[in-house]
Amino acid sequence: MLKSLCANRLSRTAYLWLGFIALVLLPWVAGAAGGNYWVRVIDFALLYIVLALGLNVVVGFAGLLDLGYIAFYALGAYSFALLASPHLPTQFASIAAALPEGMHFSPWMVAVFSIILAALFGLILGLPTLQLRGDYLAIVTLGFGEIIRIFMNNLDRPMNLTNGPKGISGIDPIQLFGVSFAKPLDLGFIQIPGLYLVFYLFLLLAIAVAIVCLHLQDSRIGRAWIAIREDEIAAKAMGINTRNMKLLAFAIGASFAGVAGVLFSAFQGFVSPESFTLWESIVVLAMVVLGGIGHIPGVILGAVLLAVFPEVLRGIAQPVQQFLFGHVIVDVEIIRQLIYGLALILIMLYRPGGIWQKRGGGR
Amino acid sequence: MDILLQQIINGLVLGSIYALIALGYTMVYGVLGIINFAHGEVLMIGAMVSLSLLRVILNLTSDLPGWLTLLIVLPVTMAVCAGLSYWIERIAYRPLRNAPRLAPLISAIGMSILLQTIAMMIWSRNPMTYPQLLPSTPIDLFGSGASITGKEIVIIVVALAVMAGLLFLVEKTKLGRAMRATAEQTQIAALMGVNPNRVISITFMLGGALAGLAGVMIASNYGNVHFYMGFIPGLKAFTAAVLGGIGNLQGAMLGGLLLGLIESLGAGYIGELTGGVFGSNYQDIFAFLVLILVLVLRPTGLLGEKVSDRA
Amino acid sequence: MTKVKASKVIFMKSAIVLSAATLLLAACSKGGDKSAAAPADAIEVKIGHVAPLTGPIAHLGKDNENGARLALEEINKAGLTIDGKKVVLTLVPEDDAEDPKTATQVAQKLVDAKVAGVVGHLNSGTSIPASRIYSDAGITQVSPSATNPDYTKQGFKTTYRLVATDAQQGPALANYVANTLKAKTVAIIDDSTQYGKGLADEFEKTVKAAGMKVVTREASNNKATDFKAILTKIKGSKPDVIMYGGMDATGGPLTKQAAELGIKAKIVGGDGMCTEKLAELAGEAVVNVTCSEAGMALSKMAQGADFQRRYKERFNSEVQIYAPFTYDAVYVLVDSMKRSNSTDPAKILAAMPDTNMQGLVGNIAFDNKGDMKEGVITLYDFKDKKKTVLDVIKM
Repeated sequence: MLKSLCANRLSRTAYLWLGFIALVLLPWVAGAAGGNYWVRVIDFALLYIVLALGLNVVVGFAGLLDLGYIAFYALGAYSFALLASPHLPTQFASIAAALPEGMHFSPWMVAVFSIILAALFGLILGLPTLQLRGDYLAIVTLGFGEIIRIFMNNLDRPMNLTNGPKGISGIDPIQLFGVSFAKPLDLGFIQIPGLYLVFYLFLLLAIAVAIVCLHLQDSRIGRAWIAIREDEIAAKAMGINTRNMKLLAFAIGASFAGVAGVLFSAFQGFVSPESFTLWESIVVLAMVVLGGIGHIPGVILGAVLLAVFPEVLRGIAQPVQQFLFGHVIVDVEIIRQLIYGLALILIMLYRPGGIWQKRGGGR
Repeated sequence: MDILLQQIINGLVLGSIYALIALGYTMVYGVLGIINFAHGEVLMIGAMVSLSLLRVILNLTSDLPGWLTLLIVLPVTMAVCAGLSYWIERIAYRPLRNAPRLAPLISAIGMSILLQTIAMMIWSRNPMTYPQLLPSTPIDLFGSGASITGKEIVIIVVALAVMAGLLFLVEKTKLGRAMRATAEQTQIAALMGVNPNRVISITFMLGGALAGLAGVMIASNYGNVHFYMGFIPGLKAFTAAVLGGIGNLQGAMLGGLLLGLIESLGAGYIGELTGGVFGSNYQDIFAFLVLILVLVLRPTGLLGEKVSDRA
Repeated sequence: MTKVKASKVIFMKSAIVLSAATLLLAACSKGGDKSAAAPADAIEVKIGHVAPLTGPIAHLGKDNENGARLALEEINKAGLTIDGKKVVLTLVPEDDAEDPKTATQVAQKLVDAKVAGVVGHLNSGTSIPASRIYSDAGITQVSPSATNPDYTKQGFKTTYRLVATDAQQGPALANYVANTLKAKTVAIIDDSTQYGKGLADEFEKTVKAAGMKVVTREASNNKATDFKAILTKIKGSKPDVIMYGGMDATGGPLTKQAAELGIKAKIVGGDGMCTEKLAELAGEAVVNVTCSEAGMALSKMAQGADFQRRYKERFNSEVQIYAPFTYDAVYVLVDSMKRSNSTDPAKILAAMPDTNMQGLVGNIAFDNKGDMKEGVITLYDFKDKKKTVLDVIKM
């Protein structure tokens, strides 16, 4: 038995090292295989992982169906857009006078700020909805998401706060210790393109968020959430403060999205209300549900698959159809939506725990 | 003053449309206790199907009076929608009756997406014109300056007629009794000889037929259809049903009309009320704000029914 | 195993899955991108084209692509020699689905594919975010149809366009309203999109400067179906003219509902509304509409009829709107190639400011921002329920 234990530990360590090296080399591999385009795709995939993990706290752990989750992402994104772009100084002479060098708050400060802001809005969403059951909660959260988006789209009158549908551009890129992630990093013996630096940063964030989620899962809070999810009345009877636990779920889930939003804004350099539609909320929900609701590795898998999938589809759907039929019969967009719809239904019918569910059958 | 009257008329017409859809929602909720997310999509399919049928008929002959053509197309459309609803329930909801409560919700969302995509594939993503078969010339109302068109009168009348018909069905017929029994106590109803599955299927089919009717009415009123046309009215109609008291037929009607009035008057007057800070561009969020307010302040709705906190 | 290690293992597993998946899929999709090989003694030069090929205006996007393709094929057929070497042009068409995020992604794709220049995008809302990527890479971007003034105001050297801007379209409409319609009061509605709001804002500026009164400014959204509430409010203010900034899908129903409410005011709109389809969507009421296009009308172009014939022969469908502009855009890029005697994107870019050529759309020369020096606005009305040219205004 001792021998098998040793052998096990050895292969585990080897596994770990293999994985670590794979992750470090991934941007280069992706870049070589498919150019910067694919590096961008995996950068976004990492942001989606953070979003999915955040929504998993609300939907997977606490069992609260949130269809407006992307609103917190929007809040984070717009926070950074307003605090680190020429927009506000151009619109308001008073700000331009007070800050002659323009608004260039660092993403880290804004990240902390957006955690608080998003958590606050999470509470604002949570408070009126504490008594609501599943279906009502879903629609109210949907409404909340839409309300945020409509406000972003229309707050350019009477004062131009968000620049409405035009969005805010010219947002500062990510900076760390004076190194801008928009330009390649010259280490003398090797040049690391900005997109790769972004990958490493996002990877660190995703790992950090995953670790936090793992700790939450095995903590008293996590167990309280599971109790609420399974049977709220019994949970109350056991002395769990369901009100505070639910609010905590909303707040924590929201804060993850807030941070992700800040980084998204800095990465893309441009935000507009169109990036924060109901469909995006549903995509993140699909990642959680399809991947493995409540199961962290499953959620990560779901996020990766669904982030990469549309790009793959884009690459093969057209040529395949051309080859088979001579012309494109069905749009890539339509195929994508078709698969989303079917997948949600089929997974609920046949494998409700998701693709990678918790051992012991998923719930 | 004529502007106020006109806005009220607009609100009543819009409200009748919401009421028509809300009646379907509320019926299904009363019997099954779930919100049929895909209801709005059934509405859209109804409009699309009727469009295809109309095109066929109008191609063959354009001599029939407009309302007659519509009358021929309507039963077929409603039958198709009823059938569609039946299958939606069988495939996406029935197997999940005992599953954890998130499952049927997510399945419903998936069904909604699926139906939209199917519509996109069959009828394309472009908006399409719907033949104007009902009179649309404005009729001046008592010289007040406000006007209403023939088709709008039809819509209000149809909504009222449907509500009356449903009330009769539910209160006075055997089927209605079975529906009420299944809604209150499914297992006991089964013991009493009611077949719950059959009742649920019939309720869904009825709801679907109503959605189809609503789809044709909306398409006739606005003159165009597209694959997304069911989603937003569906959400707003759900709000209306909650506002009136979900599970309550008169509540659905009342809620629908009220919501229509709130939206119309809101969009018309919010600019003046807020001094220009908020304008008609916020029209869409009225429904959501109403929903949140109702659920927070008076969860049972205006005419009150159960909003049980089932786990 | 500690919690930290557990999470690391989970991550490593996903990492491996991710890497394997990415490698496999990237390799597959790259493999699918093979373009026709140029003959051995010629060099292949790629020209990118981006437009929405999926979505509600896919038919317009395809139209744009066709125009570019027609130009490309003609140039290849006639034979192109740059710097003593034979050049074969290849079109790299991409779809941005009218979405800003997708637009930046396909822009990156084109930059990676090392195109010499890009014709696109169709919408302002996609051209603007993508322009940053092209600017960073130093690749010329010629938009055939983006009308938002901000596109060329970003300070990039790479942004060019072949249409007039909303800063010209708005005033053109406003002048028509002031001088021809002799209106004193105007109501303005926009659809809360970048295009619609932008156009309405420009219109409002000129209208106010001309001394007309804006009785009310309303907003809707690009998915709205019921305008009765807004229109009723407008009816109460009794404007002479209603201006709508938005597309035909919403402008049509708006026109129809205005008539149903008994509103007698004329309705004016921009190029988004100015389509053949408007007559269908607005029904009988379309006779109240006057709209503008930010470019020369096909029927007024000197070579217009000939272009239409060749287009129809090649693609078996009618020109929608902007095909002549993408056609010209390709010729503009090739013209820069010829003058700089190079296929290097940097040299093409450097030669762009000196462009001075005759295209389908008229004389093409750019000001220092990349806008057309001689923009043209065409006004249309729908007298017999068909779109007919009303006036051509040189800006």
